[in-house]
Amino acid sequence: MDAHLRELYQEIILDHSRHPRHFGTLTDANHRADGFNPLCGDKVSIYLKVNGEDRIEDIAFEGKGCAISVASASLMSEMLKGRKVDEAETLMGGFLELVKGGEGADLSDDDREYLEAMAGVSAFPMRVKSATLAWHAMKSALEGDGTAKTE
Amino acid sequence: MSALSLKPHLYDVEAIRQDFPILAREVHGRPLVYLDNAASAQKPKQVMNKITDFVTTEYSNVHRGVHFLSAAATDRYEAARGRVKTFLNAAHEDEIVWTRGGTEAINLVASSFLSPRLEPGDEIVLSVMEHHSNIVPWHFLRERQGASLRWVDVSDDGELDPEDVARAIGPNTKFVAITHMSNVLGTHTALKEIVRIAHERGIPVLADGCQASVHGKVDVRDLDVDFYVMTGHKLYGPTGIGVLYARKAHLKAMRPYQGGGEMIREVTKANVTYAEPPMRFEAGTPPIIEAVGLAAALDYLDSIGRDAAAAHENALARRAEAKLKALNGVRLIGEARDKGPIVSFETIGIHAHDLATILDREGVAVRAGHHCAQVLMERCGVVATARASFGLYNTEAEVDALVDAVQIARKVFA
Repeated sequence: MDAHLRELYQEIILDHSRHPRHFGTLTDANHRADGFNPLCGDKVSIYLKVNGEDRIEDIAFEGKGCAISVASASLMSEMLKGRKVDEAETLMGGFLELVKGGEGADLSDDDREYLEAMAGVSAFPMRVKSATLAWHAMKSALEGDGTAKTE
Repeated sequence: MSALSLKPHLYDVEAIRQDFPILAREVHGRPLVYLDNAASAQKPKQVMNKITDFVTTEYSNVHRGVHFLSAAATDRYEAARGRVKTFLNAAHEDEIVWTRGGTEAINLVASSFLSPRLEPGDEIVLSVMEHHSNIVPWHFLRERQGASLRWVDVSDDGELDPEDVARAIGPNTKFVAITHMSNVLGTHTALKEIVRIAHERGIPVLADGCQASVHGKVDVRDLDVDFYVMTGHKLYGPTGIGVLYARKAHLKAMRPYQGGGEMIREVTKANVTYAEPPMRFEAGTPPIIEAVGLAAALDYLDSIGRDAAAAHENALARRAEAKLKALNGVRLIGEARDKGPIVSFETIGIHAHDLATILDREGVAVRAGHHCAQVLMERCGVVATARASFGLYNTEAEVDALVDAVQIARKVFA
């Protein structure tokens, strides 16, 4: 197995794909959106509870997809819980940079270290959409338009 | 028939591979193992050389010039139509309509044949294993004209019982659209029997032959089918060209599809009259280079021998099925008795896209996803499958490379 593949399917990714965190629905969500990748049929639904101070109090997701898309959603959910809405957007920007081979210069060192588990995707351009699906859905949920596609 | 096709044991796959330069390349440092032939086949030198020769010496637009090259190009282009007629054993060259591909051929029939005949409540019968290209054009007629779609199910093995087509046909049925070979399950349908059943009830049949035409002989007169569809790029020919075979009587009765040059008899300010088929359905400059390339591809396929190629491909597919089944946790999707060289499978605990990514790093190209057959995916209870599909240049060693790569994927996800 080559090094790129080992980096893509590193232990933390496999662990999150097998045991996704915050998997399920959120009954008191006030934001939600569905993400759909029409090319491969991957689906994800994101549930967010945002409080009066624009902080993401709780988050959940459910869906079906490949290891990359599930792990990405799971890592995202861990990372966003307790963050402010405007931080979520910064994190998303940094994440999109990382999975496309960029530096993620706007990320704090801790955040970058955490998200770098997904950076192996950058060597697999055909799989970047799997990694970004949940993030796009999260953005749609915050913006309130309900659906996200990776197209 | 070539000598090779009479003596399948002389099938020389290594010599055939020399005709396909791309097969010599490496992918991620590994020899390419190309098992995505059902999506599109690679091109032999014979096709590329024919295209180069034609463009180098005889190319021009067709049917419109009086100059030398226009006549030469028209000859080549119309000879290609004749080549397709022979390939399908059609009765007349003017039963062959060029299209952009299989998709356009089906859209043409939906729009020019069926649409004008439909009343709200009329039914179109199709199977659950159709490709989206043989579903969505009929959905258009449902949305726009109130037609309703009647779905013929398949068995858990992926077999389609012609009697189920008989049962689906009712008093309001106007059309049957059915695949000749499933692009996911590999199932060869009993097309001749289905056509007989439909014709007994006075219903015309369109067959999607995009897969079946690549793997064995097709005789549209023996099948007695009304419409038969093929696409060039799966037949080792160019992209951008497909074929609609339609019976002469149908074509004559059909309204035009697109409007433009070449498809008219006369255009005035007040009126327009149309050319006879097949030109009536070929508006604009047609795929001239592609037609010449497709004819070369059909020559190539027949030089190998279609039956010999199919026997070789089927043997590879059966070998792959046996080896994959012997692995724990691999489930085949589609185990019809009459099956072509298409092997869809699920690896328990590994999503098809992850599997395909790992296979790709081993040089093995397979398709992963819903294969443009979401209705079938739902019927089979899967989101996505991996699909290995074999062509005339694949080898037993490539089957083994596929199986080895699947085992590597299982280690990654163990």
